[in-house]
Amino acid sequence: MHFTINGRSYEADIDVRTSLLDLCREHLELTGSKKGCDHGQCGACTMLVNGRRVNSCLTLAVMHQDDEIVTIEGLGQVGNLHPLQDAFVRHDGYQCGYCTPGQICSAVGMLDEVKKGWPSHVTGDLHDAELSDAEISERMSGNICRCAAYPNIVDAIREVAGMGDRDPVLKTAAEIGA
Amino acid sequence: MFEKLFAGGDTNSLTMDAPHPASLLDSGVQGVISRPIDRVEGPLKVSGTATYAAEYRLDDMVHGVLVGAKIGHGTVESIDCDAVKLMPGVIDVVIDFDTFIRNSQQGGETNAPTQGVKEVDYFGQIVAIVLADSFENARAAAQALPIHYTKKDGHYAFEEHRDEAEPCQDSQVQGYYKQGDVDKALAEAPVTLDVTYVTPSQNSAAMEPHASIAVWNDDALTLYGSYQMPTSDAEQLAKSLGVPKDKVRIISRYIGGGFGSKLGIAPESVAAAIASRRLGRPVKAVMARQQVFDATVRRSNTEQRVRFAAGTDGRLTAVAHNSLTSNLPEETYFEPVGICTHFLYSGENRSITHDQVTLNILLSGSMRAPGEAVGMVGLECAMDELAETLGMDPIELRKVNDPDRDPEQDVPFSSRQLSRSLEEGAKMFGWDQRNRTPGSRREGEWLIGIGVSSAARSNMLQQSSAKVEIHPDGSATVSSAMTDIGTGSYTIMAQIASEILGIPVERITMSLGDTNDPPAAGSGGSWGAASAGSAVYLACERLREKLAAAMDVDVDVLTLKDGMAIGDNRQKAISDLVGEGMQALGEIKPGKNEKLHRQASYGAHFAEVGVNAVTGEVRVRRMLGVFAAGRILNAKTARSQCLGGMTFGIGCALTEDLIHDQRTGKLVNRDLAEYHVPVNADVPQLDVHFLDERDIHANPIHAKGIGELGICGAAPAIVNAVYNACGVRVREMPITCDKLLAGLPPV
Amino acid sequence: MKTFQYARADSAETAVQEAIAQGAKFIAGGTNLLDLMKLQVETPEKLVDITRLPLGEIEQREDGGLTIGALVPNSDLAADRRVIDGYEVLSRALLAGASGQLRNKATTAGNLLQRTRCYYFYDTASPCNKREPGSGCGAIGGFNRILAVLGTSESCIASHPSDMAVAMRALDATIVTLKSDGDRRRIAIGDFYRLPGNTPHIETALEPGELITAIELPAPVEGAKHLYRKVRDRASYAFALVSVAGVVKMDGDTIASAALAFGGLGTMPWRDAGVEAALVGQPATTATFEAAADALLADARGYGSNDFKIPLARRTLIASLRDLTGR
Repeated sequence: MHFTINGRSYEADIDVRTSLLDLCREHLELTGSKKGCDHGQCGACTMLVNGRRVNSCLTLAVMHQDDEIVTIEGLGQVGNLHPLQDAFVRHDGYQCGYCTPGQICSAVGMLDEVKKGWPSHVTGDLHDAELSDAEISERMSGNICRCAAYPNIVDAIREVAGMGDRDPVLKTAAEIGA
Repeated sequence: MFEKLFAGGDTNSLTMDAPHPASLLDSGVQGVISRPIDRVEGPLKVSGTATYAAEYRLDDMVHGVLVGAKIGHGTVESIDCDAVKLMPGVIDVVIDFDTFIRNSQQGGETNAPTQGVKEVDYFGQIVAIVLADSFENARAAAQALPIHYTKKDGHYAFEEHRDEAEPCQDSQVQGYYKQGDVDKALAEAPVTLDVTYVTPSQNSAAMEPHASIAVWNDDALTLYGSYQMPTSDAEQLAKSLGVPKDKVRIISRYIGGGFGSKLGIAPESVAAAIASRRLGRPVKAVMARQQVFDATVRRSNTEQRVRFAAGTDGRLTAVAHNSLTSNLPEETYFEPVGICTHFLYSGENRSITHDQVTLNILLSGSMRAPGEAVGMVGLECAMDELAETLGMDPIELRKVNDPDRDPEQDVPFSSRQLSRSLEEGAKMFGWDQRNRTPGSRREGEWLIGIGVSSAARSNMLQQSSAKVEIHPDGSATVSSAMTDIGTGSYTIMAQIASEILGIPVERITMSLGDTNDPPAAGSGGSWGAASAGSAVYLACERLREKLAAAMDVDVDVLTLKDGMAIGDNRQKAISDLVGEGMQALGEIKPGKNEKLHRQASYGAHFAEVGVNAVTGEVRVRRMLGVFAAGRILNAKTARSQCLGGMTFGIGCALTEDLIHDQRTGKLVNRDLAEYHVPVNADVPQLDVHFLDERDIHANPIHAKGIGELGICGAAPAIVNAVYNACGVRVREMPITCDKLLAGLPPV
Repeated sequence: MKTFQYARADSAETAVQEAIAQGAKFIAGGTNLLDLMKLQVETPEKLVDITRLPLGEIEQREDGGLTIGALVPNSDLAADRRVIDGYEVLSRALLAGASGQLRNKATTAGNLLQRTRCYYFYDTASPCNKREPGSGCGAIGGFNRILAVLGTSESCIASHPSDMAVAMRALDATIVTLKSDGDRRRIAIGDFYRLPGNTPHIETALEPGELITAIELPAPVEGAKHLYRKVRDRASYAFALVSVAGVVKMDGDTIASAALAFGGLGTMPWRDAGVEAALVGQPATTATFEAAADALLADARGYGSNDFKIPLARRTLIASLRDLTGR
């Protein structure tokens, strides 16, 4: 079978039962995408298939022979990081790092969805989807981070989306005279 | 476990028998300690090139899939291996009833866990491993493997067996503690409270499932595993397999979260090792998520009766915290529910006890902040109830009971900023906006409330060592069998070395998670940074001495910065002082000092929640944690640790609930769709504020644990906020909407 | 996962021919099917890949209605302007379900065919009449917090998990199919789902090998207000405990028309003519809303841990009706 991943061609002789995730992890030495649950319940395996984010654990590799697949390895590399990868480092948008490739691939796909005007569950007027903290959180809820870097993940995405820093929600220590 | 240390003048060993007032981290001029620098391994993680346990590629590797028992209690009579050996790709089915481990081991133990799996003590207990040429073939054969059992009645329902509870024996914490006369104090006090709180079993649910790759080289085993404490884990594994401990090497460079679940070895490690030995090939065994839930470790459910006696001024005269927990037969570990009740509040009459119910439900063990994480739900919610009974502000009640010395042992606190945390937090959070009358603030459908809780977590130091080498080019390597499970060890250990040696962080190579490196405590109990960090400190202290000697200056006048050594009006490159290289080993050991002072970290949690007046859904709107934990080694990673802990608190208060079918002992919600850990939308902007502190009694770096403090008290702050929002006092966690419905206003 | 034969179909006609084989199933998004196959809850002998069929378009019909291709992904359907404008309840329901990644993969027809999340259905070591007819029901007498209180039987109390299908019921969708003999048929959604009775393994009116090719929506109700309200344990990425899909049109203070469907409550996406009868022609008052809730829940039965769904449904319905009627 033939696959196109990160712009590169791969040939692999695999079982029909092989998921897209296991194809990458077990056969192609692309272990950046992670297996957290194998049932589409955590998002650690998120890849971009024809530009759309999907759970690679819940799809068969055999069904993706004509597709353009991008994994975390294709987004950027050490020394040549994608802006989101770089923002995750600076905002500490991770801790153990296991959900991180999925978070980043998901964020890439998500920002593209926003660009297309796709609404979300928290969008008020469905015609007018505009990014906000609540929108980012809702749209990123398919990616579980048990270390719970969520606030930092939101900050990293805010930055790349050009939303600037969040307003402080609390008084600073200086303001209270501490 | 520490005999690998090398002897002689290159070792700088310190036993904490006395305070250590001076710290090279205060005199260092590199200016990197405490700074919020990015994680040194960050680029590897974000690019997908950090290597986790299951991601090593070894030639000729076999895929192993574990098979769990499908009964809750009974005996495996036979396993029909032949029935699957002819399935495509199957290489073998490995059974070893005597050697397979029944359950995971607890953290830090140096013995094998309970072994033997012919007798099944809980549903999902791992009894076999199927090996095949591909994951798909191994999984199919594992699912088809016929196992014949004789079933026995089991103890599955906590409620049914709660009266059979047995007193817990002292282990790392006391099972029973009594002081004064609690009953008398309760009878005589003008104000009393007697409430029972219940918390369910929980699962750490680290994102990376437990995974091991085992490979033997003659009689020596290398295990690539996802383990928090490789030094003791290697001993556990060696004992389980009956091989000398120097024949087992564990490599855990990157660990996809642990939260206690990977403190001790889990069943996949022994199964992979046995299978690999039998086949003479490397074996990879990764637990399915359902197996992580079924057959690793849970936090015990708890039932906590809390009683207070107080004067009308709120001063406590009696504190009783009596708990029931559960575990498997013959397991002595118990969830130390009352651990912080010993020292958090004053009160001369005290009763803090633990009793355990034996159940045929998977092992209970440590999950993030064992004891405090759930014990503070009982204690701190009861404090909220007492404050209401007294008509007193909950913060004021805590402050009047903030003792000057340990209320049980006649020792001072090493450092304690509980009241200050509450005060500063109250100002920052806007505590004065809180309505004293529950249910009196409403925005549309949402009832809004604010809650508070103290935070406290015992501080521990564990024996640890680290080697630091300065290379001829002036770069350095730090190596230790310490781990980084997302905690920031890679980064803060590099920062400590950088600060003391004056070598930029970028020039320091970190090697962690390999038992071939000097033994260390690993990650658990929030002791990692202080223990392994102190070991690095001590190694660097010795290297400073050696550099001073090489430069022929007094070490006290030596300044190290940006790769240069300066002293006596002379300046030399460090690279010019180390010759062929210079190395030292640092080793820290706990000593008398931990008995001379009560050591803990403190803080305060504030939460604002909305309770939907129609449905009872609870959403956290904002949270603040104020923490004092000694020196903060990296403001960025420390904050992240606290965010993570606070979010675990959200899960504990609102969503997490491991449910076992009371008829069969089977875990009902054994996946991430139905075991609800918080998702991004459940977590609002959280704020973390650190108070400046140094703890000279704790260790030479003056830091205390931070990894768990964030969860300690987070859940009760939310529970108390829910009460303030809607006036419904829920004493059974988690607060799902069904528990609030009856008390909500009519629609 | 058991092994299977894999075939990719290039037309609907060849797909249904391929699916004649014993134990064959169609696969498109696969998000539920593969989930279940990994656990051997589903064990198809053959998978017919229909993802390349030209069934991915949404078309406006002359009668003002919409025809949605079976393969339209949930995310595309939710974001379609025609859907947002005329069938907001459908967009809202879709967006309330699953995650961004799953919605990108899951298809419209597949969503209708989602199988229950019942814990005992998912666990092959438990009895389950739906998974293994005649084996018993683990959920009755067990832990059943997420399961149904309406339409249950002694054999099965499994709830239907879909959000989208609830909106489709409120919208009176019609399911268009192609049978293996080449016949096409149109099935009203009200006739599509089956109550469990003593055959809980039969969930829909589809015959073996029958392929859903499209879902038709009638022309939108002019001037109606739409709502999809979902109650769940997490703020996102969780199945409904209770959900309400509503399309209500007012005439002054009187309810002119009402279509209401419910998720989380029933063994299938639930709609009850009695609820609507209690509303239509009535003033939008609390008494009217309570009468509607009474009609909905008259036959509701709790099984222990799901008892709370009955008062929760009542409260959620009343609040939803208040929103829908502007009261």
